[in-house]
Amino acid sequence: MQVSRHWRLQQQRYALVGQVCADCEEKIFPPRGVCPNCAKETSTAFEFSGRGKVYSFSTVYTAPAGFEGSAPYTIGLVQLEEGPLVTAQLTDIDNDHVEIGLDVEMVTRKLLQDGDRGVLVYGYKFRPVVPVWETELEDELYALA
Amino acid sequence: MTNVYITGIGQTPVGEHWRTSLRELAWQAIEPALVEANLHYPDALYVGNMLSGAISGQEHTGALIADYCGFRGVEATTIKAGQASGGVALRQAYLALKSGEIKTAVVVGVEKMTDRAGGELVSAVASGLDADYEAAQGLTLASAAGLLLQRYMFENGLELRDMAGFSVNAHANARNNPNAMFRNQLKAEKFPAAAMVASPVNMFDTAPDADGAAALVLVAADTPPETENGFKPIQITGSAVSTDSVALHDRKEFLTFEAVRRSTEKAMEQANVKHADIDLFELHDSFTVFAALALESAGFAEMGKGWQLAANGDLGIDGAVPICTLGGAKARGNPCGATGIYQALEAVQQLRHTAGGSQVEGAATALIQCVGGTGASVATHVLQA
Ligand SMILES: [Zn+2]
Repeated sequence: MQVSRHWRLQQQRYALVGQVCADCEEKIFPPRGVCPNCAKETSTAFEFSGRGKVYSFSTVYTAPAGFEGSAPYTIGLVQLEEGPLVTAQLTDIDNDHVEIGLDVEMVTRKLLQDGDRGVLVYGYKFRPVVPVWETELEDELYALA
Repeated sequence: MTNVYITGIGQTPVGEHWRTSLRELAWQAIEPALVEANLHYPDALYVGNMLSGAISGQEHTGALIADYCGFRGVEATTIKAGQASGGVALRQAYLALKSGEIKTAVVVGVEKMTDRAGGELVSAVASGLDADYEAAQGLTLASAAGLLLQRYMFENGLELRDMAGFSVNAHANARNNPNAMFRNQLKAEKFPAAAMVASPVNMFDTAPDADGAAALVLVAADTPPETENGFKPIQITGSAVSTDSVALHDRKEFLTFEAVRRSTEKAMEQANVKHADIDLFELHDSFTVFAALALESAGFAEMGKGWQLAANGDLGIDGAVPICTLGGAKARGNPCGATGIYQALEAVQQLRHTAGGSQVEGAATALIQCVGGTGASVATHVLQA
């Protein structure tokens, strides 16, 4: 169990807080010491909107410890509307409905349990902006009509 | 000027060594290398290893292996750079020999993987990713490769079967390697139907985790040293390591292995060789997309076209760019941190012209390259007869 390790990432995990470079205005997530664009060290906190598009994805069948119960689950690389890519699980969607370009938004969900009796770790996942089941239902209704 | 030569090689078969511990594996590779090189006690020992802490509960492997091999008292250290540990260890030995501080070195790559299984092993391997921002989300190495492959297929309009050539080639070449784990033929048409590991990466796309150790004896000398084993010493004429972001989401160009590009350029420039001079390329094929991206980023194919070399059969022993000539990670087996030393040893076999049925005719110059994580650490060397 690593309470402090998860606790110190709360800002990032709950609110998607990154940085904006004071010099070149590059939006940065996750936060880092030096701007990857201009190599300056000055930056201020920046809260991302949490909206983006799926840039790539993979459904995990062979899962790591702590995630076996969730498998198969889909991990996406989400391109945030401000620019950066974020690695996160996709949720509220069937694995086989995920596609590149899908509009998604951030939600807070349980990520994992750290150890058998460990802390529950919460953090960001991304879900479709337009619920996929709804469009499917509409398709089916159209098909019936 | 001081040159660095390989005068002895040794390896264990790659596979499931249930009866053999980490230190014994290392010794089984080191002993034949010492015999070949007629050396008993090197000036320094370098160990390339990725997972001994997570899997065997054993760190501090430099001193441990030195003592077990009868090198007590020697300078010894372990290099950790994910799956590139072996290649980065070779680089450290090369630097020490070049500096003149030492005259002889043993470099051993060793990995004991089968003492863990299932989710524990997957987690251990995922420790080479970004723990806070990748692995904490449930990302595994295979699914990281899946993110690359999915995007690679999307941008280039490919299907899974277009990548099959890499694995088919690796298995075909492993048939000539008695130390390889999988020496069976793989049929391209079976490739897309294999069980998924992390889509679109399936069982036939990914290299099998395995135990193994490989060792080299290195000697610093102004001219090729006399050997008693009948083999010409193989010179390391180019050596470079480069790094990139550990996390895939931090890459500048998603489908470029920037550390491959940089380290290949550097190593080839040092060796003063061009692409046409390279007789074989032992690249890191732990996933087919890694092989495609390595070929592209190293300049053997245009961006987005690396897969075509596999599809067209250009990567075989008689092809334009022979790769993974003794099976690569896919079929020789994938003992993570030992990979770089297996690659060096296999290149030495090619340059000595002892690679049997996998011999690249007249091989004189080999490029070897191992990739840690998803390209965060890359070690590239040029070896010449
Ligand atoms: Zn900046």
